[in-house]
Amino acid sequence: MAMETTTPEGGPSPTPTPPRRVAAAAPYFLVLPGWLWLAVFFVVPIVSMVTMSLMSGSLVRGFSLTFEFGNYADAVATYWGQILRSLFYGGCATLLCIAIGYPVAYWIAFRGGAYKSTYLLLLLLPFFVSFVLRTISWGFLLADDGVLLGTLKDIGLLPDGTRVLNSAPAVVFGLAYNFLPFMVLPIYAVLERMDHRLVEAARDLYAGRVQAFVRVVLPISLPGVFAGVIMTFIPSSADYINAKVLGGTHNTMIGQVIESQYLVNNAYPMAASITFILMAVLLIGIFSYARALGTEQVMEAQAR
Amino acid sequence: MSTTDIPVSTDAPDPFERTGPAPRRSRRAVDWGKYFTWLVLAWLFAPIVFMIAFSFNDVQGRHNVTWQGFTLRWYEDALAYPDLTTALLNSLAIALLTMVIAGVLGSLLGLALGRYRFRGQGTTNLVMFAAISAPEVVLGAALLSLFLTMNVATGFLTILLSHVMFTVSFVAITVRARVLTLDPSLEEAARDLGATPLTTFRLVTLPMLAPAIMAGGLIAFALSIDDYIITSFVSGNVQTFPLWIWGATRVGIPPQVNVMGTLIFAVGAVLAIVNIVLARRRA
Repeated sequence: MAMETTTPEGGPSPTPTPPRRVAAAAPYFLVLPGWLWLAVFFVVPIVSMVTMSLMSGSLVRGFSLTFEFGNYADAVATYWGQILRSLFYGGCATLLCIAIGYPVAYWIAFRGGAYKSTYLLLLLLPFFVSFVLRTISWGFLLADDGVLLGTLKDIGLLPDGTRVLNSAPAVVFGLAYNFLPFMVLPIYAVLERMDHRLVEAARDLYAGRVQAFVRVVLPISLPGVFAGVIMTFIPSSADYINAKVLGGTHNTMIGQVIESQYLVNNAYPMAASITFILMAVLLIGIFSYARALGTEQVMEAQAR
Repeated sequence: MSTTDIPVSTDAPDPFERTGPAPRRSRRAVDWGKYFTWLVLAWLFAPIVFMIAFSFNDVQGRHNVTWQGFTLRWYEDALAYPDLTTALLNSLAIALLTMVIAGVLGSLLGLALGRYRFRGQGTTNLVMFAAISAPEVVLGAALLSLFLTMNVATGFLTILLSHVMFTVSFVAITVRARVLTLDPSLEEAARDLGATPLTTFRLVTLPMLAPAIMAGGLIAFALSIDDYIITSFVSGNVQTFPLWIWGATRVGIPPQVNVMGTLIFAVGAVLAIVNIVLARRRA
């Protein structure tokens, strides 16, 4: 049944010698285990989450599927603040990542010279420390009487009441910190492969440094930026570790709500509908974005 | 996409003069990019330096925030919390198993995606893309929904299943990228010299893919051992290293956490540096 789909000129290197039937079935044997795994543990869970979001009942009485669409209305009505805040913090962190990550990627790609890989290693080295531990470390570092603020206050550089923790900027900077490599690496990958003579050509044609950048380098690097935006915006707007550690009680993000509804309150239908809303908002946005740019291209840039 | 056919770069009169501009320019201006990069690196290393320094802090109790003097006793007592040790071992076991399972499944996927055209290829790419870009909290919530619906008790096994699920696509993409750059003439040569398809795969294709498979496996390992969010949803009563640390924050983190963090960081750093040095020597 699958035989007619694999033509000899189909792949980059056709395998014509073995019997045709086997050759035609080969890709299916290769992908089958991975397919099954992704189907059972990715597609089915999403479906069961959607089903769960339409249930009603409680942990004690049990849950039953009643197509309770009211869960969604309740979720939006109760948690729209946290949803918007998450998107806002995620967006700010993504912009911050571009502002910090682009110059770094540019400098390493163009001026790193023989030390490119060393700089990349230095950039990635901090991320060998566990995500949770890194974030908690920031929390300790920025504590009101900690090493940083305590010392600055002792010298008199900061007034005594200064606080950094439990504020929105602390959360945004924490998010940007944790997801910075996802922005730097795709941009770097694009810039590194770019033909640097193009810049020279632009300069020879009397473009200024700014013009050469805006009209040559920037357009070429945009796919990297797009990939970086996906890779930082999604995880940072759904993250709740940073908000919990650095944001205190007034900067709750939607991930936190989902976690506590699932694991503390056991309000599964409500939790599932919030999760579905978050997923829908993020994935629909991202898919239309990726469609416009070409999924392959974005994934390719991610892989490097 | 190809940039080699840009006319300006090819009909340059004197190729040697053309290599000049970059250094010429940097001699003229201050290299702000360098300072900026170092500043960013300092920012990235700040909490790490703090963590390492405070693993030597002679602190009383578990509120390890102000410097009280140098000590090595936390290193001597590194294993003083049996729970913490168990959690670390759990993390290692799960990460190793994830590396192996996701490594095999992902390599097969990557090989098929890079080499063949087949039905469902677009869907496979799409599902992998979705699995990679879906936020962790969504994956965790969805998996927990499944396990609750199916009445599966969460624990070591569910963590492993989940970790393989969210890492397998990363392996597949890494391997696929390598498959796409393979030179088909090498395999043709092997077959011309009488090798069977299986022998060709074993002696020619596999060795060329090995670096990508290794890299994919290491990515899977790193993602697995570091994961908090998905794991927290599907862990049941089983503790992993990140979960234990998180749980400990409520009562204050013992300095042993800094010690373990420092040791893990040191091992990772040494491995990465050795890897780079070896790569440089080979090149």
